[in-house]
Parts: sequence; structure tokens; C-alpha cells
Amino acid sequence: MIPANFNYHKATSLKEAIALSTELGEEAKYMSGGHSLLPMMKLRFATPEHIIDISKIDGLSYIKEEGDLLKIGALTTQTEMEHNDLLKSDYPIFGDAIWLTADPSVRNVGTIGGNIAHGDAANDQPALMLAMRATIVAEGAGGQKIIPIDDFFHGFYMTALEAGDILTEIQVPKAKKNSGGAYHKVERKVGDYATAGVAVHLELDDDGVCQEIGIGLTNVSAVPMRLERGEAALRGQKITDELIAQVGQMASEDCEPESDLRGSEAYKRSIVNTITKRMLNKALERARQ
Amino acid sequence: MAKHEVTMTINGQSVTAEVDSRLLLVHFIRENLELTGTHIGCDTSNCGACTILLNGQSIKSCTYLTVRADGADITTIEGLAPEGTNHPLQQAFHDQHGLHCGFCTPGMILRSVDLLKNNPNPTEKEIRWGISGNLCRCTGYNNIVKSVQQAAKEMAKEKETSV
Repeated sequence: MIPANFNYHKATSLKEAIALSTELGEEAKYMSGGHSLLPMMKLRFATPEHIIDISKIDGLSYIKEEGDLLKIGALTTQTEMEHNDLLKSDYPIFGDAIWLTADPSVRNVGTIGGNIAHGDAANDQPALMLAMRATIVAEGAGGQKIIPIDDFFHGFYMTALEAGDILTEIQVPKAKKNSGGAYHKVERKVGDYATAGVAVHLELDDDGVCQEIGIGLTNVSAVPMRLERGEAALRGQKITDELIAQVGQMASEDCEPESDLRGSEAYKRSIVNTITKRMLNKALERARQ
Repeated sequence: MAKHEVTMTINGQSVTAEVDSRLLLVHFIRENLELTGTHIGCDTSNCGACTILLNGQSIKSCTYLTVRADGADITTIEGLAPEGTNHPLQQAFHDQHGLHCGFCTPGMILRSVDLLKNNPNPTEKEIRWGISGNLCRCTGYNNIVKSVQQAAKEMAKEKETSV
């Protein structure tokens, strides 16, 4: 399979990329790792006239804590995240997800920014971003934009990024003493998209009361989904087995899966219930460590 | 559509060519350079038959544009060991019968090079997960795992003696 003809442009700076995009207009697409976009082009689901390669832009690959934030540069590959000591020790939720994302050769090329900017509810990182209440930083012709994650995903492959905007950085609140997160997805085979997945991030106070809670769901709705009812039920509460069972039930009721090759709607609702409960327990365990 | 001049190192040799934007790296390697040890299996980045090393990292060359490899250092199965010799992984696949038909083998071996570089002493589980993007329809994987284990031991020995 060969993509339809297009013109390739290599950008060496953000400024150059944005200028190219402005000049070339709507038929231009940015490519970072290309492991979502190029397969779509080979299948001719996407036929952009111009590809602007942003993968060679310097300074967009980093993982660092600054002030109250963890900042990850958009061009950081999934492999770089997988082997990063800070993420391994303080943010194990990323390891949970990356271990289950595609396979190592794909992760060598695929970037965190691309995974999120693609706007696909089947990708794993969007659920993590919802759970951790990330902020998306983008750069466009009009300057920098700061977009809360709840305003970011608009629809199937649609995000708050406008023509010419480049996602440059992901920010999530820095890990705290009593915080913890966990992610799991059920997949038909290794490296497949999720049949369903659940990300949980929570923070406890010294008495074990839940102060912050985020729950994001993968591939059970058209747009990456936050389980608002479950979060409201847990915030301000001591988390008990009974509460966890209730939230699992809420997740199975509130998600919007469709029957497809990966399973029936009923099956997906059932596994969302189970994974939600398991991830709440796992996140709790990590928060208490 | 404009052509692009690219220069890259393949198996230690510098190569310069004029290519279309849409030319996939696997086609460049197989058809322009006639290095047919890199295979095309699924052509959808699932099977790993097209795996090569790009700047030392395993990638699926069916899902990579040739123009993006400008300046890269590429290793294919033909360049893994000097002519007439075997890389420890090649030798191990031979010794342990880590292949039947051999179609997946170049990709398996190049993927395993990257795996052992990052994790020189992997557990069986880590090997199985490490090659999860490379499909074999013959062996049932057991002998492939044994091959990678043998190579890991050999490469550790080589490292010891070379220090």
C-alpha cells in the first residue's frame, strides 16, 4: 500500500512549521511520529496534499518537573517515556499505558503529542490526560494557547487545535506524597487498540480522604470520556470497597460503547465495570505507598 | 511533485538518492537498493517483517517515509555482521532452530538487537513482550525465545572478555 501523492516539507523550527502551515492552508497536515497518520494515508483514508514534518524540531523532547507541574515535550517518544526514571518512580500510570500501547518498534517512533493531537478515543494517552487533569500547550500563528484537557477533545479526530496549531507540551500536576494513578486496558491481542480501558488518578489527604479524583475511559465513546458521576461519588469520601463497587457500576452505565469486532456493547460495559474497580484499587494502593 | 535528495548510511555505506515524498522506506531498501532481506508482511505496521534499525532503534520500515530517513544510520539484516560471519543473534537462531520458513527472521533478529541493547538480561516474559510487534506463524515462538536467551548469554560473555 502506497499513500496518494503529496508534497513533503521538513520544518526545523516551530516558527517555520507554523509559517508553512499558514502558507499551504487546509490541505497540509503535520506529522510527528506518523504512526497514526501514515497508516491512514496508506489506506487512503487520509489524502493530505502536504505533509509538514515536525519530528526534527529541536527542543520538544523532554520530561521534567517544574514548580507544581510535570512537563512532557510533545515530541517525546513513547519509548523515551517508558525508560524515563522519573516517570518510572513517580508516575507509574504512564508505564502501565505505554507497556500496552502498540509494540516496542512503534513506540520507538510514536510520540506522546501525536497520540493526543490525533484526537482518537481509541488511543490510550487521552484517558490518562483526563484522569490527571492535564493542560495542553499549543503554539499557533496567534501565539501560545493553554487548553484544559476538558476543552480539548471535540469529536472523532477533532480537537481544540485549529489550523496551524502545533501541540508542544503536556502538563500534569506534579505527583504528591499521597497520590497515585493506574491504567489498564483489555485488548484482543498484544498491541491492539483497547476493547475498553480505564485510567484512574487520585490524591488522598493524611486521613485517607479522597481529595482529587480523575477517571478517564478509553474507546467506549466517540470522544475520550471522563466519568464525572464516579468522580463526584468519590471526591471528599473515604474510599471503601462498597464505594468502589458503586463507581464500577456507574462506569458500566455511563460509558457509550458500540458493538463491534472487539466485543458486544454488553461485554464492554461489563469489562469497564471490572477494570474501573481494579484501577481504583491499584491507584489507592500506590497512593498509600 | 518535487523529488527530494536524501543521503543516509545503510550498513556502513553512504547512499544518496532522489526520491518521491511518498516512497516508503521498505520499498527504497528492497527495490532501489535491492536489499531484499527486509521483508514486507502485513504492510500495516502489525507484523514486524520489515523491521530495521534506524539510528540503533528498531522501526517498522513499512510505516516510515524515506525522506524522513535523510541523515539516518540504517542497519538491515545484510549489514548486521561482517560478510561470512554471524551476529550472536543470527548464530542463536541457527543453533536453537528459531525459525521454520524464515520470513519473520530478519525482523525478529533486528528487533531483538534493540531489545538486548536496552535490556541485556531479559526474563522470558520480557522477551515475549519485547518481540510482541513481530509475528511468527511457524515456530510458536518457543525456539525464538530460546534463541534470544542464548544470544543474551553469548553477548554478555563477549562483553566480559572485551572489557
